Amino acid sequence: MAADTAAPPKRTLSPSGRRRVGGLLLLLPALVALTLFFVLPLLSIIVDSVTDPEPGLGNYASLFTDGYTLRVLGRTLLVALVVTVAGVLLAYPYAYMMTLAGPSVRAVMVTVVLVPFWTSMLARNFAWMVLMQDGGVVQGVFGLVGLGDVTLLGTTTAVTISMTQVLLPFMVLPMFSVMQQIDRRLTLAGQSLGASRFSSFRKVYFPLSLPGVAAGASLVFVLALGFYVTPALLGSPQSSMIAQVISVRTRDLLDFGGGGAMGVFMLVVTLAVLAASRRLTGPGGAAGAAHAIVGGNER
Amino acid sequence: MTARPWLKIVAVLVGLFLTVPTLVVIPMSFSSAKTFRFPPGGWSLEWYERLFTSPEWTTAIVNSLQVGVITAVLATVLGTAAAIGVTTLGERAKGLAVGFLLSPIIIPNILIALVIFTTFLRIGLTGSLFGIALAHTALALPFVVIAVTARLQGMDPALRKAGGSLGAPPFAVFRKITLPLAMPGVLSGAVLAFISSFDEVVISLFLQSPTAITLPVQMFNSVTVQIDPTISAASSLMVLVVSVPILLAQVVGARRGSRGK
Amino acid sequence: MTTPTPGAGRIELTSLSKRYGSGPLVVDDVTIDIASGEFVTLLGPSGSGKTTTLNMIAGFTEVSSGRIRLGGRDIAPLPPHKRDFGMVFQNYALFPHMTVTQNIAFPLRERKVPKAEIARRVEQVLELVDLTGMGGRRPDELSGGQQQRVALARAVVFSPSVLLLDEPLSALDRKLRQSLQQEIKRLHEELKLTFVFVTHDQDEAMSLSDRIAVFNNGRVERIGTPADLYRNPGTRFVARFLGESNLFEGSLRPGGVYEWGGHKWAADGTPGEFDLVVRPERLRIAATPAEVPADANQVPATVAGLYFQGTHQRIELDYGEGPAGCAVLPPDAVGADLRPGSGVTAYWDPAHQVLVTRPNEENE
Repeated sequence: MAADTAAPPKRTLSPSGRRRVGGLLLLLPALVALTLFFVLPLLSIIVDSVTDPEPGLGNYASLFTDGYTLRVLGRTLLVALVVTVAGVLLAYPYAYMMTLAGPSVRAVMVTVVLVPFWTSMLARNFAWMVLMQDGGVVQGVFGLVGLGDVTLLGTTTAVTISMTQVLLPFMVLPMFSVMQQIDRRLTLAGQSLGASRFSSFRKVYFPLSLPGVAAGASLVFVLALGFYVTPALLGSPQSSMIAQVISVRTRDLLDFGGGGAMGVFMLVVTLAVLAASRRLTGPGGAAGAAHAIVGGNER
Repeated sequence: MTARPWLKIVAVLVGLFLTVPTLVVIPMSFSSAKTFRFPPGGWSLEWYERLFTSPEWTTAIVNSLQVGVITAVLATVLGTAAAIGVTTLGERAKGLAVGFLLSPIIIPNILIALVIFTTFLRIGLTGSLFGIALAHTALALPFVVIAVTARLQGMDPALRKAGGSLGAPPFAVFRKITLPLAMPGVLSGAVLAFISSFDEVVISLFLQSPTAITLPVQMFNSVTVQIDPTISAASSLMVLVVSVPILLAQVVGARRGSRGK
Repeated sequence: MTTPTPGAGRIELTSLSKRYGSGPLVVDDVTIDIASGEFVTLLGPSGSGKTTTLNMIAGFTEVSSGRIRLGGRDIAPLPPHKRDFGMVFQNYALFPHMTVTQNIAFPLRERKVPKAEIARRVEQVLELVDLTGMGGRRPDELSGGQQQRVALARAVVFSPSVLLLDEPLSALDRKLRQSLQQEIKRLHEELKLTFVFVTHDQDEAMSLSDRIAVFNNGRVERIGTPADLYRNPGTRFVARFLGESNLFEGSLRPGGVYEWGGHKWAADGTPGEFDLVVRPERLRIAATPAEVPADANQVPATVAGLYFQGTHQRIELDYGEGPAGCAVLPPDAVGADLRPGSGVTAYWDPAHQVLVTRPNEENE
């Protein structure tokens, strides 16, 4: 468009070229903003992690040698894993049911998934605090099933339960978007060919739904790794997860090198998990989840 | 094909697990007790009164609204422009650009908080509401990009060509055809950007200062620093502000969907 | 791939009915006796109950009342996978995560057939459907026609006594459809299985079937050979659904007179309210009433359109009232001066007309 006025007619760009320039101009501000507020800071953190307090890989070495950090790392990975597995077990039947339900029931089911997703994170964690406090409702339920008066608040168990709930939508939506595309007649075909209902499900439907499971599981695992609010509110310093340690290191101790190294390590794990799941599911997986979350029932 | 009964039961239980715990905050907010006992022993409007009168809460609410509006405006303008710009790119460049624009949604918030905190500390942007809004903009960008892109994808590319063939120059095509058609996506992107900022806590925690405390930070502090039951009223307010628009969008969307058939 | 035992493929449907919840009957008292090795088509518009009937035979839909017997044995209590029917689905329903060979081997694996035997039979059936060498491909690497042939191979590889086909050709383009029709016909002759074929395409039904059951509103309106149904449709619905017709909505008076719009025609039968049907190839055209043979029935008509189609020509006719009709004639059967808008006399031999019943209500 700028070329239009500045250059003599002969040298104007072709219409498609002009469109391209216009498109780049539109794209540029967002790219610059993201670079300024995300990419450059990230690079500076990476630099910090190998220079602060002294050049070298000391920060990374202590990540794997310091007993406390190792325990936190181990705990974080374990919680993320449990949350992921529990999430798969809960989300799979729910997402499957969504594909079987009629349009109106399905709309309700989508809403039930989306509303908690968009419901204030703090409100949800506060609700869990209330429910899991000593003498609270959850403890009562545990007592009823014969588990006795277990203390929940401040434990990893409380953190895990709450995180499972908070992250469940991220599991359900990618699963649903994959399952929705599976032709229902395939399982019928399996049955017509001699497979029992269960066997047809196991050999035909389940393998086809795996990309959705992988996408949901990797997303939940990655998000669980970086969870801060839930462990901070429902856990205790004794059950810290890595995000809390990063927060203490940087915010309170201003140890940008140490905190940065942890952050970079987390980023590497995140990208590795996402890359692995992308190989399994194709590019649609996580992006599909994001679309489902924003677009709701648009598809 | 019909669903087995056990499947229905499991689905209902999961649905309850997703929704019911959160609803606890509503009765809690009307409690008369100074503790978090549930179910509450008595009822009062004390916490709502405090939420809307005590300066630390009202300031936090106003701060959050300010940050949310700035974020929504910035993210919507940048995100809409970017989403439209992306459509002019080739297949490969498009994939890269979209991947880059969406990356904040996948990177754990704590990491974003960490990198932004260290940088803002160096350039002196911590402790300012505007700094928080800038950080939130990066976080909210993907929502706008996705919402607008989804809308544009549903649009027939021939419409743009038709506009051109009918004599409209590219900018007029953009203004008179592309933008109006993308409008619903832009609006939902703006709402989502506002909500994502209004609800964001980790980055705001890192960037907070006594003069820059958002509502989620005030809530966070009210349970970690002191025990202040006002959080239950604030939570109910959050559920209202955050969930109701989404719920409405869902209902409208579902209606539109069924009408289309 | 062995020849089935005689009689094993006989399917008897007795008073078969289906309703969902307290809704209307989707399938209403359907009785069909399909002989072993017969090719029977369930033909009807969408929503007529033909697919539901097929799904009841296959076991995917529960029967509300009535009986289904296979080879004399009641199969109602059997789940789909124990019924031993081959089934071909509308969109093929090939398993996308398996190769062609794995797809075809699936029913054999489920039946615990030894590995070597599986390999042998897969090869054999690939040859049967002319796909030798394609075993390693994935379904999405095949054309529509090839996919459908894989689906056929998969449905017959385990030597079922019956093959159920649910609109198997509807997703294909016209040309491919014709070549696959021949393929299906050939498979039927080679395998000597009972074929139950569901379609809404009358041409497909006519060219493939031994017998056709015409479905309307959940009921079997007529069942018979294609030629029989064409010549003697019996009901207005069948007359209009199968082939084209010139249809007059008059009534048969005592004394062998059919009255329509002031015209009186010779006709046999018990007096009553019937439609009179003349098939297009039985209709003749005369320029003036004087040229009509004395014993023919005749009616004035206006030419609405003329279409030269090589082997024949088609003349669309407007009778002033009632549905329009047409005549299909040899290319030189009428004068060259015929134009759209020309007034002509259409006539026919009373032996070539048939009377059909009218629907009771306006629920066609």
